[in-house]
Amino acid sequence: MSVLRPLDKLPSLNTATILLVGTEDALLQQLVDSMLKEDCTSELKVHLAKSLPLPSSVNPPRIDLIVFVVNLHSKYSLQNTEESLHHVDASFFLGKVCFLATGAGRESHCSIHQHTVVKLVHTYQSPLLYCDLEVPCSWVPTSLSLLTWLAQGLSEWPGSQASAALTDG
Amino acid sequence: MDSYDASESTPRQSTSLRPEDYFIGATFLQKRLESVRKQTSFIPTPPRRKIPHCSQLQEDVDPQKVAFLLHKQWTLYSLTPLYKFSYSNLKEYSRLLNAFIVAEKQKGLAVEVGEDFNVKVIFSTVLGIKGTQRDPEAFLVQILSKSQLPSENREGKVLWTGWFCCIFGDSLLETVSEDFTCLPLFLANGAESNTAIIGTWFQKTFDCYFSPLAINAFNLSWMAAMWTACKMDHYVATTEFLWSVPCSPQSLDISYAIHPEDAKAIWDSVHKTPGEVTQEEVDLFMDCLYSHFHRHFKIHLSATRLVRVSTSVASAHTDGKIKILCHKYLIGVLAHLTELAIFQIE
Repeated sequence: MSVLRPLDKLPSLNTATILLVGTEDALLQQLVDSMLKEDCTSELKVHLAKSLPLPSSVNPPRIDLIVFVVNLHSKYSLQNTEESLHHVDASFFLGKVCFLATGAGRESHCSIHQHTVVKLVHTYQSPLLYCDLEVPCSWVPTSLSLLTWLAQGLSEWPGSQASAALTDG
Repeated sequence: MDSYDASESTPRQSTSLRPEDYFIGATFLQKRLESVRKQTSFIPTPPRRKIPHCSQLQEDVDPQKVAFLLHKQWTLYSLTPLYKFSYSNLKEYSRLLNAFIVAEKQKGLAVEVGEDFNVKVIFSTVLGIKGTQRDPEAFLVQILSKSQLPSENREGKVLWTGWFCCIFGDSLLETVSEDFTCLPLFLANGAESNTAIIGTWFQKTFDCYFSPLAINAFNLSWMAAMWTACKMDHYVATTEFLWSVPCSPQSLDISYAIHPEDAKAIWDSVHKTPGEVTQEEVDLFMDCLYSHFHRHFKIHLSATRLVRVSTSVASAHTDGKIKILCHKYLIGVLAHLTELAIFQIE
């Protein structure tokens, strides 16, 4: 029963944690580096996972935002995301989950139709961001969008002090 | 309600969870749910929920007349509607294009060693290559070499062939005015330099635009499913797939060949509605192949990119190259390609 629940752990002081779930290691690493370079007055922690459930040896802190990364060039990444979604508690979908679809720019390489991802995202009532992680200039706007969403999600949940600090940054 | 069960249940059920189930307090969660529901509740429809099976021929296509279209590799382009094109002026167009080609070649733009400048251009219509009566007639452009000796046959060797067609192009035909002729699919066989020259002439004369039509992996898997679904009396080729694995320094290719009858058996086991092909069936068909491969080789083909599909009906490459092998399903294949071309134009 390894389901991620948003209120399992106590919030840490002035810290926000993002969990990125996706199969594209190299691309995600670039995005993470870009996010950590952003100016935040409070501490930002980013965890990377290939899929959920997280291995039992890993003990992450309280997760404030889960970002599922779907690569439109790879059906495998969509299947991986769909399986990982089953291990997330339903209450996460009230503002703490975000989907990132990469690769829409190169239409000739797409293995998945965009509507498949849109339908999935609509089913989970969560936002969808399009980006192209293979293009370096998209990393900064994508990181900013994710951080904005993180701040918004945090501000709606009581007991999190990190939200105000993030939006100042 | 155990919250673990809630996440396992179908998504539709999870949205019906009442916020009172949570200990936090209903107010801000209720507001959040309301705001989410107010967001656009537009569920996008799939690109192709049902597609007619490609075994129906609208008109009887004479196999003899279209034999020259089969077994040749064609490069695909999408073409915007032609302005003030007339089928009665084909002889005039032949003359003009001939002069243009000779002029271009003499300019030294496409000079090759030993090239024959004595060429003849022929425009002709190809009857029967259309989906409905509304579709414009397909026409053909051929560049033939003029034979030097008068004793030889008048018809020289065909150097380059290109043909324009429109199969079930209703969605495009409805949007353009009378002055335009819609032939969104262009297929070319022959030297690339000739394709470029012909393309330039058409663009200048009819104010249209050619663009190469690439076929992405999503559409290739649709083609694989639809072509496997076609009933064949006898199979002339094995069903073959080619995937490109993205890795450095050079990409690897994985080739997977199946006996066509086995492929048809897999398709028949996933196919439910007769006469229609749905997205789920295509995904299931491909998943069968992927899981079989994974069981043997522990490689996830779904993480790679499908670049080539080859069946007894036709074969297609992601770069926009097609070869049609079966005249019975010619119209069906062209209809699908026309749809892709129209999608690219719009």
